[in-house]
Amino acid sequence: MTPEPLLEVADLRVRFGARVEAVRGVSLTVNKGETHCLVGESGCGKSVTALATMGLLARGAVRSSGRLRFAGQDLTNLSERELSKLRGDRMAMIFQEPMTSLNPAFTIGSQMAEVMQRHRKVTRAEAMERAGFLLFKVGITNPALRLGQFPHQLSGGLRQRVMIAMALMCEPELLIADEPTTALDVTVQAQILRLLAGFQRELGLGILLITHDLGVVARVAHRVSVMYAGEVVESAPASQLFANPTHPYTRGLLASVPVPGKIARGSRLGSIPGTVPRIGPGFAGCGFRDRCGHASEACAGPIAVQQAGPDHIYRCQLQASWPQDQAA
Amino acid sequence: MTKPAIAIDVQDAKRLFTQSAGAFAGTRVVRAVDGVSLQVREGSCFGIVGESGCGKSTLARLIMGLLPLSSGDILVDGQRLSAMDRKARARLIQPVFQDPFSSLNPRHSIADLVGLPLTAQGIAGRERGTRVAEMLERVGLPGAIANRQPAQLSGGQRQRVAIARALVLRPRIVVCDEPTSALDVSVQAQILNLLADLQAEFGLTYVFISHNLAVVEHVCDEVAVMYLGRIVEHAPTAELFETPTHPYTKALLASVLTPEPGLGIPDVGLGDAYPDPANIPTGCRFHPRCPAGQPPCITETPAPRFGAGRMVECLLAPPPSTASVSPV
Amino acid sequence: MNLRRLFALLGLLIVGSTAIIAVFAPYLTPHDPFLQNLDGRMAAPFWLEGTVPGHLFGTDQLGRDYLSRLIYGARISLLIGTLVVICSGLIGTSLGVLGGYFGGRIDAVVMFVITCRLAIPLILVALTVVSFVGSSFTVVVLTLGLLLWERFAVVARTTTMQVRNLDYVAAAQASGASTWHILLREILPNIAHHLVVVATLEMALAILLEAALSFLGLGVPSPLPSWGLMISEAKDYMYFSPWVIMIPGVALFVLVLGINLLGDGLRDWLGAARDA
Repeated sequence: MTPEPLLEVADLRVRFGARVEAVRGVSLTVNKGETHCLVGESGCGKSVTALATMGLLARGAVRSSGRLRFAGQDLTNLSERELSKLRGDRMAMIFQEPMTSLNPAFTIGSQMAEVMQRHRKVTRAEAMERAGFLLFKVGITNPALRLGQFPHQLSGGLRQRVMIAMALMCEPELLIADEPTTALDVTVQAQILRLLAGFQRELGLGILLITHDLGVVARVAHRVSVMYAGEVVESAPASQLFANPTHPYTRGLLASVPVPGKIARGSRLGSIPGTVPRIGPGFAGCGFRDRCGHASEACAGPIAVQQAGPDHIYRCQLQASWPQDQAA
Repeated sequence: MTKPAIAIDVQDAKRLFTQSAGAFAGTRVVRAVDGVSLQVREGSCFGIVGESGCGKSTLARLIMGLLPLSSGDILVDGQRLSAMDRKARARLIQPVFQDPFSSLNPRHSIADLVGLPLTAQGIAGRERGTRVAEMLERVGLPGAIANRQPAQLSGGQRQRVAIARALVLRPRIVVCDEPTSALDVSVQAQILNLLADLQAEFGLTYVFISHNLAVVEHVCDEVAVMYLGRIVEHAPTAELFETPTHPYTKALLASVLTPEPGLGIPDVGLGDAYPDPANIPTGCRFHPRCPAGQPPCITETPAPRFGAGRMVECLLAPPPSTASVSPV
Repeated sequence: MNLRRLFALLGLLIVGSTAIIAVFAPYLTPHDPFLQNLDGRMAAPFWLEGTVPGHLFGTDQLGRDYLSRLIYGARISLLIGTLVVICSGLIGTSLGVLGGYFGGRIDAVVMFVITCRLAIPLILVALTVVSFVGSSFTVVVLTLGLLLWERFAVVARTTTMQVRNLDYVAAAQASGASTWHILLREILPNIAHHLVVVATLEMALAILLEAALSFLGLGVPSPLPSWGLMISEAKDYMYFSPWVIMIPGVALFVLVLGINLLGDGLRDWLGAARDA
């Protein structure tokens, strides 16, 4: 019997008002020590999925889900108070722009200590000591100095390291990271991703990583779910997904990224025509059919989820063996 | 074979900004571009890469004539840029900016936005209308879009509008400052393909500024790597990517995450020091982050070394002529 | 949220109806506002004893119909408010946009001029000017118009500084567009919504200041029916007939309140329209 996953989401739906359904029946699991990447373009609902999982949706958004379990606990029944006890303690989140998630009026040290004191019975000094230790662990060379500094005195890369250290204050089991390296320079991005991978090995952290960058996905993911128009259109172990992409959208995405040494310089890149549709409740059929080169009448009807291999599912009416060379 | 003409000749360009450090604290000098020399061949695509704050966008604005030089000279098509009047400059060189949301005035219609360079040249009425319509069609936009406002367009469509505006005067040079950084990958591919088509059709010269090395590798003929206001290495694209000689170039190339699973996350080894253009280190300006640094690098300023069509500015790197024959 | 909208609509209703009344004053007034009738002085309004049929709001100390004077007074208040805002708006916006766009020395000079203006005691200078030159409609408009521009300048300057760093301004510069074009077509339309809000605030202030000047006998000269002048002329009678001071006082309060509510509403509405 496989152990119960750390995070289990099934049939998650999020509506904004009556006309927009941003997340339409997303299911995913994150196991202990595993990185699950949720990848897709802007507007596909990946960030909303993360926020809905943490119970952090903005007012006006309505969440409904078949199942939302964290470490065996049903999150849908928890009160706001019980949820905020979990957040920052057993499940932590880091965002794209660390400046907006740090309070400019307090020092790094006091913000980090406060996170811990909110959840644990520790003294200020103990919390500060752990903060300093974690800053050192995330590769900050002079933690004592940084603890006394304010967010604006740090560079973007340092702030994101601080955010990671802060997320780790209470030794969480699950980390949800929403585009954690998108605002950073490439050299810093690699450093931050290495850090996260290191902590994962050390602590057995489960990570749900949200990103639009297929390069990041390829290097860090154990499992990948590709989202389009509020749905997971394909989900597979990372090596499977890159070796054998099956959904036309996944293939289109992969074909549109230039890869030095693989795709000839100056050659035409594959691209997906058109733009992401805005989909409301009651939409039927495949959300990608207007942009898909293989669309047929069947795409307007209900789309079954098919198996392309062990643990590899995709949501499309095409057979898994459709010709690879005709990418969308 | 005759040598291709030089479209842009930048000669020891410097641009300093004085920043107020508070009313009574005096000013500090930011050396955004600190002695850059480069030559862009007619009809080529010249890439400039570097991290945020390295001065690449300032250099772009200097080349477009939008900022005056502090010292040095820029010749475009053999004429001094500073001596050119604004209409002549507009006919020769045009920009495409990063964010198509801030580069299009939200109060104007698409027709007025694309027609602005024509209006500025005194072209109005029917001729302006026809040329705008031609250009919109050429960049792949439906003619009906002319009467819309930018807010009604997607990011990709907006960037097409910005490209149409840049090309409506048929300039010879287009300066693209991060033209695809704000776009989704599938749209990025569409825009890169379009830029390549337009270059072939109109014989354009591109200056292509980006932090995305994979994109630069795909579209550029030559690449210059900028660090803290100076070009530290410059070579034909294929050679730069095959045999990088400057430690910074090597770190940059190592940090590119291509969508190839199983390669892991590279160790860039740059530490957490952050380059500050208001406080440039002594000696080699890269020495605080350099993984290969030696004691002389702290005091001795490296001079550019030329050879085999390449340039490198590092005390430790072998002269370029030998580097290009011994691949790493 | 809905309450805010309600207040804004109330403001629009007040300002709109006052404007309509002001424009159509000659057709709405029951009597000639300048016609004196010394036999029918100080008639009470309709809700008090001693009222005279045909004079809803009674008559003043010279027997002129109070309702008619009130209606013509709305004309004067709105006209002065509008003209002052046009005058001060032109001065303040030009200075602010120039300082914000060009920066450097020009901006330093603009900042200095704004600081100088802020150091001028507004009321005292207005009083001095009017008492030297003599009071007339034009003098009041010009004095206030030449003084009330500083908020326009401050707002225009800061918003211009924000807009001028946007890429569409750089794109227009690279297009070869003239500075004139950039200021008028690229920058001004994108800061206008801030200036509209300032305009409402300044208009309310101008109307209040005109009333104050008139109250001191230095505003629009009698017999023009300015609300401030009406209050001033009524102050001798307020102990026996408090309504002569209350009616124009309430009118002034309601109009200024309406303009301010409308300003708040415009701020919300224009802000939301931009964000959409």
